[in-house]
Amino acid sequence: MSGQTVPADFSGHMLDLDEDEDLEVFSKNTSLADGSSMPNSPSSLVNQYRLEEDEEDQQYASTKDIFITVDNPESHVTAIETFIMYRVLTKTTRSEFDSSEYEVRRRYQDFLWLRGRLEENHPTLIVHPLPEKFVMKGMVERFNDDFIETRRKALHRFLNKISEHPILSCSPHFKVFLTAQELTSHKKQGPGFLSRMGETVRAVANSVRGLRSRPEEFVVMQEYVEDFSNKVSSVDKVTQRIIKEQREYVDELKQYSPTYIQWAGSEEMLAEPLKGVASCVERCGKETEDQIQHMSEVLVPALHEYVLCAETLKAVMRRRDNIQAEFEAKNEALASRKVDQEALQEEVDALADRVELANNALKGDWSRWQSSMRHDLRSAFISTAEKNVEYYEKCLAVWESFLLSQRVEPMEQRDGEDVS
Amino acid sequence: MLLFLFLSHLFYDLTSSPGLRHKCACAGQRPSLPAQLTGAAAKDDGRLWEQRSRTNLLRKMEINVVEAEKRTGKNTVNMQETYTVYLIETRPAETVPEGGTPATPDTLWRRYSEFELLRTYLLISYYMLLICGPNCKFVWHKLSADNLDPDFVERRRGGLENFLLRVASHSVLSNDEIFFHFLTEEKGWRERVLETGFQDKADSRLKSLSAMFRVKNPDKRFTALKHYCDELNTVISQLLRVRARVADRLYGVYKVHGNYGRVFSEWSAIEKEMGDGLQSAGHHMDTYAASIDDILEEEEHYADQLKEYLFYTDAVRSVCRKHELIQYELEMAAQDLTHKKQQKEELATGTVRVFSLKGMTSKLFGQESQEQRESRLAALEQSIQEGEEAVKEKNTECQEFVRTAWEDIERFKEQKDKDLREALISYAIMQISMCKKGIQVWSNAKECFNKM
Repeated sequence: MSGQTVPADFSGHMLDLDEDEDLEVFSKNTSLADGSSMPNSPSSLVNQYRLEEDEEDQQYASTKDIFITVDNPESHVTAIETFIMYRVLTKTTRSEFDSSEYEVRRRYQDFLWLRGRLEENHPTLIVHPLPEKFVMKGMVERFNDDFIETRRKALHRFLNKISEHPILSCSPHFKVFLTAQELTSHKKQGPGFLSRMGETVRAVANSVRGLRSRPEEFVVMQEYVEDFSNKVSSVDKVTQRIIKEQREYVDELKQYSPTYIQWAGSEEMLAEPLKGVASCVERCGKETEDQIQHMSEVLVPALHEYVLCAETLKAVMRRRDNIQAEFEAKNEALASRKVDQEALQEEVDALADRVELANNALKGDWSRWQSSMRHDLRSAFISTAEKNVEYYEKCLAVWESFLLSQRVEPMEQRDGEDVS
Repeated sequence: MLLFLFLSHLFYDLTSSPGLRHKCACAGQRPSLPAQLTGAAAKDDGRLWEQRSRTNLLRKMEINVVEAEKRTGKNTVNMQETYTVYLIETRPAETVPEGGTPATPDTLWRRYSEFELLRTYLLISYYMLLICGPNCKFVWHKLSADNLDPDFVERRRGGLENFLLRVASHSVLSNDEIFFHFLTEEKGWRERVLETGFQDKADSRLKSLSAMFRVKNPDKRFTALKHYCDELNTVISQLLRVRARVADRLYGVYKVHGNYGRVFSEWSAIEKEMGDGLQSAGHHMDTYAASIDDILEEEEHYADQLKEYLFYTDAVRSVCRKHELIQYELEMAAQDLTHKKQQKEELATGTVRVFSLKGMTSKLFGQESQEQRESRLAALEQSIQEGEEAVKEKNTECQEFVRTAWEDIERFKEQKDKDLREALISYAIMQISMCKKGIQVWSNAKECFNKM
C-alpha cells in the first residue's frame, strides 16, 4: 500500500495498518451534508479554505475557543480483554456545544473510529495521524508505562490538531466524540460495512485504470510528498541513532567515575582532586541522561508524527486521484454509451463537482498543513537546540567549580591550552 | 661505582610533558628543576649527598632536539633501510647580554637506535633507575607502521628531547662520560659504549631479577610500596581502557550529527520558507561533527600523562625487586656464615651435627690427625672472616640502597602528586573547552532553526 518500504532496523516505525485504513472509503456524498451548517457552493467553499497566514498564527495564539486534554489513563479489565481508557476533558465556549465542559472516557479504538469517520467525510482533507497501534513489533508490551504515556501525548495532540482545523473541528462526529458518555451507539451509525466495501472495490477498480492526467499542482504536490516523506524519515532515523549513541556513551561514562574513586582510595594527596573529577564525571553523565530524555520526549515524537503525516498525505493524494479517476471513468462511459444519457449525465456532473470540491479542499488544506508542519518542526528543533545549549552550560559549570576548588595556588596556564 | 642512586625525579623535573606536537619543547623553553636538585641538597648526611650536590650538566649546557630527518642507508646485513635521525643541538648555557646573539649551537645527528643504546647503557650501569620505562610506547617502541609517520616522529622527537633533558638534569647521570659524548661526539660513540662492557653487568643482574626467590624478612615499606604500585597499575590501566571507550562513544555521538548536516541540506532543497534555516543549521551540524577530532586529540595528551604513571609503577616495582635481590643476597651470605660457624664449632668440639663427607670418612676411616684438624680449622677461620666481610659489605650495600631509595621515593611521590594533579586540572580545562564549543554550535543552530 504505502510506497515507502519500512527498513528492517526501523525500531520505531512498525506501522500496523488498521483494518479501517486498508479500506479506502469513498462516500458518494461529497457535500458536507452531514449536519454541519456549511454552504455547499464550490466557490464559497474555496473562499472558506484559503486561509491567510495571520489567521493561522492567530489560531495558535489566543483565539482558541476549545481546549481539550487527554489524560488519566486507566486500565480496564473485562472477561475478554484488557484495555486502557483515557479521560478526555473538553472546555469550550462554542455555541454548538450545549455545555461548556465535558468529561468522557475513551479508548484507542474510539479514536480510530473518529479518525476513520473524519477521513470518510473529508477524503481530501489532511487529517492528523494517530499514534500507531504498537510501537515495536511484539517487543514492548502494550501496557508499558512509557508506551502509554507516549500514546497519551499523541492522542492529546491529535484531538488538539483536529480542534484547530477549521473544517474538521465542526464535524458532528468530533462533537459526539467529545461529548457522548456512551460512544458505542454512535459508532453503529453511518454507511454500513457492506456498502463501504462495494465502494472500495469500485474505487480500486477505477484506480487500476489510472489517471488520464493529474493537474500540474498535484503533480508537484505528489513529488513534494515523496521527498518530504524520505527526508523526514531520514531525520527521524538520524535522531534515533543519536539517542542510541548517547545512551552507549552514558553507559561507558558510568564506569568512569567509580574508577577514579577506586584510584582515590590508594592515594593521599591526590584523593581529593580524584574524587572531584569522579563527581564531575558523574554529574555530566546525569546531564547527558537528561538531554537524552528531552530529545526522546520532544524531538522524537514530533518527527515521528510527521513521518506518519507523510503517509497520511500519500493516502490523501491517492484518494484525490481516485475521485478524479472515478469521474473520468464515468465520463468516458458517458461519451461511449447512448442509453440512459440523461441519468448518466447527472451522475457525471455530480462527480465533476466532487472532483472540484476535492481538489479545492486539498489545495486549501495543503498550505495550512505546510504552515503547521513548519511551526511544529521548527519549535521541536529549537527546543532541542536550547536543551543542548543548556546541557553544555551545566557541564561547563560543573567543571569550572572543580577548577575553582583546585585553585589553592595560582593555576599555571599551559601554553596553547588556554581556554579559548 | 655509583650504584645506589635513584632517578625517580628524572620523571618529574620538567613541567613540559613529552611528545606533544603543541608543546614545542624547542629552543628557549628551559625546564624548571625542583628545589632539591639545585645547588646544595636538601638533606646533607655526608657521603653520597656530597656527590649529588655537584652541578648537573644542564647548568652548563642547553640541550635541544630540534629536528627529525629521514635517511636511507645500508644496515649491518647490507640491506637498504630507511630510518629517522634526530638533530641534537647543544650550546653553553651562559646568559646572553641584552641585544646580543646567543652562541651558535653545536649539532650532531643521532638515530633512534642510538638513543635506545644510551638508555640501556645508563639503565644498566646505574643500578636502580627510574627512567621513563621501557614500554613508553610513544618514545621507545618501534611500532612498525608509524616509524615514518610525521606525527609519530614529531611526538618521538619531543620524547627524546625530554629524555635527554632528564638525564642532563640529574646530578650524577649527567656527569657520565658516555652521556656527554652522546651529545658531543658524532663518531665512534657506539664503540665506546660497547667498550664499557656494560652488557656483562646486564646479564647477571637482570638474570637475577627474573629469578624467583624468597626473602625471609621482607622490608615492610617496600612491600607496601610494591602493593601500592600494583594497585596504581591496575587502576590506571582500567582508567585508560574506560577513557578510550568513552572517547569512542563520544566520537560516535558527534559524528552521527554529521548526518543531520547532509539530510538538512537535502531537505532544504524541497522547502520554500524552511529552506534557508535548514540549510544553515545543517552547516552547524557539520561543524559540530567535525569538532570532535580536535577534542579527542587533546584528550590523547591526558592519556599520555596517565600512561607515564603506568611505566612509573613498573619501574618502582623493579626497584622493589632489586631491593629484594640485595636482601636475598644478604640473607644468603648470613646463612652461609652461620653455616660455616657451625662447622667450626663442630670441628672444635668434635660433635657432628651437620652431615659432611669429611665427617663420614673420618668416622669410617678413623679420626684425622691433630695437624689435619688444625689446618682445617684455620681454613674455616679464614673462610669465616671472609664471610663476615661479605656480610658486612652486603649489609652496607643494603642499608645504602634502602636509604637512598627511600629518599628518592619520597621526593618522587611529591612530584608525582603535583604532576598528576596538574594533569587532572588540564583535563578539566579540556572539558570546559569542549563545553564552550558545544554551546557555540548549538546557539548558532538555534538561530538558524528560528529562521525556519
